[in-house]
Amino acid sequence: MSLIARYLEEHGIPTVVIATARDIVETCKVPRFLFVDFPLGNPCGEPDNVAQQREIFDAALDLLETVAVPGTVVQADYRWSKGEAWKEGIFTEAQPFLSGEAKQKWLDRKEKYRELKQQGKL
Amino acid sequence: MEYVRYIDRTRDYYLSQGYEKPYQWAEHDEVALTRLKKPLSECKVGLLTTSELAIEFDEETEEDPIIEEGFRSVYAIPADTPTEKFYSRTNSFDSYATHLDDVNTFFPIDRLREAVASGRVAGMPDRLLGAYNNYSIKKVMNDEAPKALEMCRADGLDACVLVPV
Repeated sequence: MSLIARYLEEHGIPTVVIATARDIVETCKVPRFLFVDFPLGNPCGEPDNVAQQREIFDAALDLLETVAVPGTVVQADYRWSKGEAWKEGIFTEAQPFLSGEAKQKWLDRKEKYRELKQQGKL
Repeated sequence: MEYVRYIDRTRDYYLSQGYEKPYQWAEHDEVALTRLKKPLSECKVGLLTTSELAIEFDEETEEDPIIEEGFRSVYAIPADTPTEKFYSRTNSFDSYATHLDDVNTFFPIDRLREAVASGRVAGMPDRLLGAYNNYSIKKVMNDEAPKALEMCRADGLDACVLVPV
């Protein structure tokens, strides 16, 4: 996704990225980045918190208007309301990132990709 | 608490799961910047998601409203779809901490609609865009990014909000 932001920007379309994985987006470097320190899946605010979602989206639009330095990163001033314990668990043995079913789906997709590639369709 | 270092965390995690070669994330020191060519209130603003967005439809009587050409490439999402019909097919989120039941937490379509209604932005396109979390940087650069650009240009976008999940 960060690569698409870079590409659009290079070709004349201003972009802003709203994301939770700060290090991944920063390593790729995007033109404008609103970092929201929430669990993967909810970069645009907490579920059912419309006021917060509105502020986050508005902050992203602000960046479109104001950023003058490429690669600007701004952190939204919010903390996950249920505390920060989620940060300790993510990607640990105790919390396998993909369930058995999800992992199988991922492996199936990889297989399909290989097949199509072998057939020269990709 | 400090933010999560996903690159380190996933490297260790996948090594522990028996994968030998760590994923090489894209790395750049420089990036371009294109300023808005007019005030935001005169701009048409689009939205691009990697949430594997889907729309509930009746398979017997309707066609899938999402238009997808090619394998895991950029797809078009009709912007007039009622919000409650959207759902995400992705598994790439922290299922221990949260859920994806509220589509606006990762695909802020109602927030964009509000921005149009309030005049903060001039308008939005008839279709919004979806892209996949493709592992191949080459596929993103050779297929997805040019396709996204082509679609943004065809829709006359002045700017785009991108939300990776």
